Amino acid sequence: MSLKIIKAGILDTLQDQGRFGYQHLGINPGGAMDRFGMQVANLLAGNEPQEAVMEMHFPGPAILFQQTALIALAGADFSAHVNGEPVHRLQPIIASNNSILRFHAQRSGARAYLAVHGGFAIESWLGSRSTNLKAGAGGYNGRALQKEDELPFRRTVDDRGLQQKEQICLPWRGSDLPEEGATGTISILPGKEWELLSPALQQQLLNTSFLIGSQSDRMGYRLQGEAVQLSLQEELVSSPVCFGAIQLLPDGQLIILMADHQTTGGYPVIAQVISAHHSRLAQRRPGDVLQFRLADQAVAEKLWLQQHRHLLQLQNACIFRLEEWLKT
Amino acid sequence: MNSYPAYRILPLGDAAVLVDCGNTISDAVSHAITGWFRRLQADPLPGMIEAVPAYSSLAVHYDPGAVYKLAPAGQTAYAWMKQQVEKRMAATMTGEKEAPRLVQVPVCYEEPFAPDIEDLAATNGLSVEELIRMHTSVPYRVYMLGFLPGFAYMGPVDERLRAPRKASPAQVAAGSVGIAGNQTGIYPLSSPGGWCIIGRTPLRLFDAANETPVLLQAGDQVQFYSISRHEFENY
Repeated sequence: MSLKIIKAGILDTLQDQGRFGYQHLGINPGGAMDRFGMQVANLLAGNEPQEAVMEMHFPGPAILFQQTALIALAGADFSAHVNGEPVHRLQPIIASNNSILRFHAQRSGARAYLAVHGGFAIESWLGSRSTNLKAGAGGYNGRALQKEDELPFRRTVDDRGLQQKEQICLPWRGSDLPEEGATGTISILPGKEWELLSPALQQQLLNTSFLIGSQSDRMGYRLQGEAVQLSLQEELVSSPVCFGAIQLLPDGQLIILMADHQTTGGYPVIAQVISAHHSRLAQRRPGDVLQFRLADQAVAEKLWLQQHRHLLQLQNACIFRLEEWLKT
Repeated sequence: MNSYPAYRILPLGDAAVLVDCGNTISDAVSHAITGWFRRLQADPLPGMIEAVPAYSSLAVHYDPGAVYKLAPAGQTAYAWMKQQVEKRMAATMTGEKEAPRLVQVPVCYEEPFAPDIEDLAATNGLSVEELIRMHTSVPYRVYMLGFLPGFAYMGPVDERLRAPRKASPAQVAAGSVGIAGNQTGIYPLSSPGGWCIIGRTPLRLFDAANETPVLLQAGDQVQFYSISRHEFENY
């Protein structure tokens, strides 16, 4: 009825789409860094898109399945192997009882997602199963997963039926984001303090290749690049901030707020990464290069809707294929 | 009754709008912000996910997919949501005086809970006793929560208690009461922090196991009172 962590990865946490409705109490939404990847993993595993998944960084964990499970992997490619055999990302996988899932290499991306059919039987906190590490609440006991932790499944798959099937990977696939890749530009909208930048500084921001710094994590990415020299007349009082806000630090460097950002901030927000590119951003790693492109509201919304429709199509296809497969 | 502060509405990315009353900390603006916030909490707009108040601004987060369906063809979800927020604000009376909740907060201003109190008193030419008396003399308004779960930004403290922010953050224990600028606050969790620490409360500002996990809310009034170390330990 569960899986067990037999070797902990560098940072494995349970995450869902985030904990909304509590930012006015200083409780941030958190949630999966790459929500698209999280949803794809869920849909392939036959779950609702918002089900909690395991978010893994590299080096990843080693996971023992203590019961046959239908699983799916999406997001980063960490070269997953079940019992030593390579398995595909973006494809439903039958992990039989006593099988072990390991990750051999960080081929692409920064965060991989493991969904289990039926989801993890973990209590939710304030309406979400996401792990809030700072508050020590949500997810698995409010902390990252450790060796010997056992995660029970909420639903069991029909064991008899599954063991008669020979294939490990079921014959249908999801896909990554359209036009994905480590090279795509990141589209931004003007932020609250965009107008404080001179046209020359705005142009500089759009012409600079930024490097993602080593001090980048689930809270934020520090960027390295030509300093944006802005002398503020007065300090700003704190105001609400959200995922993708690009803040200008006093030394002229930038930080992009990610899933575990604080709810409010007092640095100038010069731009805002569009929602459709949050996932792309979440799969970049320290050392990768970022380039920004200016978008407008209409473009940002159109790209978001495209992603949304892509997920709906995948959901419909997966429900149909899984039902068919379980019947035969 | 229409005593609104001037505001502008702007996008906060593509899934939130921000009502911004300027770069200011004032009770009048804060009253308007928390008034609008409470109305939105009580009666959420279609497609709205949540509202987040700050000193002089209010974010309204929405689901772009849900709002897009509500907006007429050719209009962005943002433009539609902006209209809804403006309508709602116009329909909200800010003149109505809501009696704020008064929360009494005991604070022990003694060692080892007050590592910075002597320096702060000396810098401001006060005795430690005067500093404590001034800090406990008036209730403070909770302007907003942020930084950590349950961290309440309160003020304004007397100008003679004004404290500089530390150049490099120090580790601060949960319950620590601090001052930065003319603001005062309580650390709900142990955390690195840059505020001058003048005492500690035995109250739990954040408790994940509570149905309401956070003690203070924007708009509350907080009255500090001094307790001894003995009282703190037996609280």
